[in-house]
Amino acid sequence: MQGLTRYKLLFLLPGLLILLGIILFPLIFTIRVSFSGWDAIRPGLDWIGGTNYGRLFVDGRFWQSLSRLGAIALTSVMFEYLFGFGLALLVWHQVRFRRITRVLFLIPMMTTPVVMAVIWRTIFHESLGPANDIAGMLGLGTIPWLTHSVWATVVVILVDVWQWTPFMFLLLLAGLLSLPKEPFLAAAIDGAGPIRTFFNVTFPAMAPISVGALIIRLIEASKIMETVYVITSGGPGTSTETSSYYIFIRGLRDFQIGYAAALSVTYLVIMIVLLTIIAKILTNTLVKSGV
Amino acid sequence: MKLKQLLSAVSALAIASTSTGYAQEDYSRFGIEADVPGMCSYASIDAKDYSSRTLNIITHAIPVIGEPTALHAQQFEELTGAKVNVVHVPFGDLFQRILIPFQTNQNAYDVLFYASLWVGDLNRYLEPVPQAYQDASGIQDVTRNYIDVAKWDGQMIQYPMDGDRHYLKYRTDIFSNPEMQERFKSETGRDLSIPATWEEYNEVARVFSGWDWSGNGTNNFGSAEVAKRDDLMFSAFISRAAAFAKHPDVKGGFFFDLETMEPLINSPGFVRGLELFVEASKDWAPGGANFGLGDEIFSFGGGQALMSYSWDDAFIQAQQSDSPIRNNVAAAPLPGASEVWNRDTGQWDTFDEPNRAPYITWGWTSAVSNRSQNQDMAFDYLCFFSNEANTLSDLQIGRFGVNPYRKSHFDAALWTEKLGWDADLAASYVETLSSMDSSQNRVFDLRVPGVSQFMSSMATGVASAIAGQMEPQAALDQVAKEWAQIVERIGADTVRDAYASVVALEDNL
Repeated sequence: MQGLTRYKLLFLLPGLLILLGIILFPLIFTIRVSFSGWDAIRPGLDWIGGTNYGRLFVDGRFWQSLSRLGAIALTSVMFEYLFGFGLALLVWHQVRFRRITRVLFLIPMMTTPVVMAVIWRTIFHESLGPANDIAGMLGLGTIPWLTHSVWATVVVILVDVWQWTPFMFLLLLAGLLSLPKEPFLAAAIDGAGPIRTFFNVTFPAMAPISVGALIIRLIEASKIMETVYVITSGGPGTSTETSSYYIFIRGLRDFQIGYAAALSVTYLVIMIVLLTIIAKILTNTLVKSGV
Repeated sequence: MKLKQLLSAVSALAIASTSTGYAQEDYSRFGIEADVPGMCSYASIDAKDYSSRTLNIITHAIPVIGEPTALHAQQFEELTGAKVNVVHVPFGDLFQRILIPFQTNQNAYDVLFYASLWVGDLNRYLEPVPQAYQDASGIQDVTRNYIDVAKWDGQMIQYPMDGDRHYLKYRTDIFSNPEMQERFKSETGRDLSIPATWEEYNEVARVFSGWDWSGNGTNNFGSAEVAKRDDLMFSAFISRAAAFAKHPDVKGGFFFDLETMEPLINSPGFVRGLELFVEASKDWAPGGANFGLGDEIFSFGGGQALMSYSWDDAFIQAQQSDSPIRNNVAAAPLPGASEVWNRDTGQWDTFDEPNRAPYITWGWTSAVSNRSQNQDMAFDYLCFFSNEANTLSDLQIGRFGVNPYRKSHFDAALWTEKLGWDADLAASYVETLSSMDSSQNRVFDLRVPGVSQFMSSMATGVASAIAGQMEPQAALDQVAKEWAQIVERIGADTVRDAYASVVALEDNL
């Protein structure tokens, strides 16, 4: 038996080593770079200690971008969950055109984010885009979609919701389809209406899947980059600048590689801590309490 | 040399060679009118044999600069037998794609096309242009500004192949229209004229914004400006601030005090420029604060805006054969300032004639890597790229992004005869461009190590002010603070050494 285990480990070892290399090497390298002053003038891995980390603690723009990211990610994921759940419930019981409807709902998720961002930018172009034509027809006048900080944030959230609601829809529909029929039959026999059935049966049964879907989307949403890059470039001013975009500017525009690495490592640690806390809270609230 | 003289010389040479029984090869199959004799000509390059050798080039994405790079690479291959690989990279990635191979000791590219203001970071990797090429007729004809741009520490390390500058463009049909003149006078109490100051520019822009002065059924606007934070807006701000901050009698630095390396970006001259930039933003077209260079080109070139200022592109767009405003535009120097900040006295000085400070803004340039094993071929390629015949052809194709940079390009006949421009328009274009060469109060880009950090910081501050997040003074105070930190990180002496060469150009030393 011991020999068999040894052989199993031996066969697994190459794969494990490659996996560790792929995951760990970039991370360790990034951590090492974060302690260097690598920029356009001083290439390479010199050692400047914690200078970059000291600098980022007083870098107001980084912390602002982080809080902005939190607001954008939480808002968009919340809407994605609500819309995704709603659509999944609609399609769950619908019999006619079920297949074509499901495919149609999935189209936004299958498009290339950068290409779609370009199309959305055109739609919200304040002089030429159709969004303001429609607003004009509705008597709303010209809306400064991309040149007013609030509207620009709304556009970023809207595009993210459009793109990723299908993902939420897909996960939640799969969850709904996997639910056992018996609780619903019991609720029907007890005379529960659709609303009561939803809150007392469907939603609690879906809690574990909901938590998983929310966490996956929060992780993804916290990396939002291409939408911001293409549609607003972080503007107007810095009002839609998220952490990823800020790190991109520092690293690849300003070519402060060492500092950008320190920002990345800090961002990673913060995200791990925050998402762990959020996951814990969601699990305690939705799953363990048996909502 | 004037165009007519140039063409006559070419014709005479062709006749002479034919009469002596030595027939020149016809290279018109390459799309040029006629080969121009010299060390970079088609005939000279055709005589070289680079078979079994490979030249690697990195350049901008197609079409701007990328398309002529590829076109001339293909021609070079055909003439010399060399294999030429061209890598096209979007502008946002170009700097890092060039720099990273150098920093990691790779010999990735022989020839580089890039923005000339990056020379502060790239100079240590570039091979000086050999004297033989500097003596070639093409470089001898390059104007003073672009020879200056090509040099670093007195040595030519960039091969001139483009000329860029910011200047004012405006609609002549509107400025000369009596109805428009009357309307402007009734609203402002003064005659409509080409703006001589930035205050006048803003006033004209305000009066002509938000109504249909072109009669095409849609609203027009007074000014289109490059205002998007990460889309070259820093250059627009420099154009606006230069007249207030570049005092003709104050030497020793425009962006920094060269002696102390103290940032001047939050000095009253720059603040005044930003205040007027913010003021102007109220009259931009919807979305104008998000206009990148492409938007500015199409807003002015497409007839939406009355005025604009930036590179040549919007002007060339307006002059395309299918443009609705073709031959209804003209060029003029950037507006000036009646009051200029004097940092020596700490006071505003008043000027009867507005102070002008032409901004010789960064343009495209080219260079050969000092790690290249093919420097002979690389310089021959650049020499061929920018030979007289190719440049004459490239100048006529707007999307190529090659703009006038030789004395012979500043001949109105070139633009009237080759491109069908109206004589007055061509004259205004040529006069505006050539007057920048003779100015004694020029402003250049901050060509120092870490230029991207400085410009990025400035663009963020300016964008914050335009977005209303900060007041102009507070925004530029923040920029100054960041600039001081950048100088400290890079090293004051390192930045000063580089900046001294910029100051030498600006102070005409």
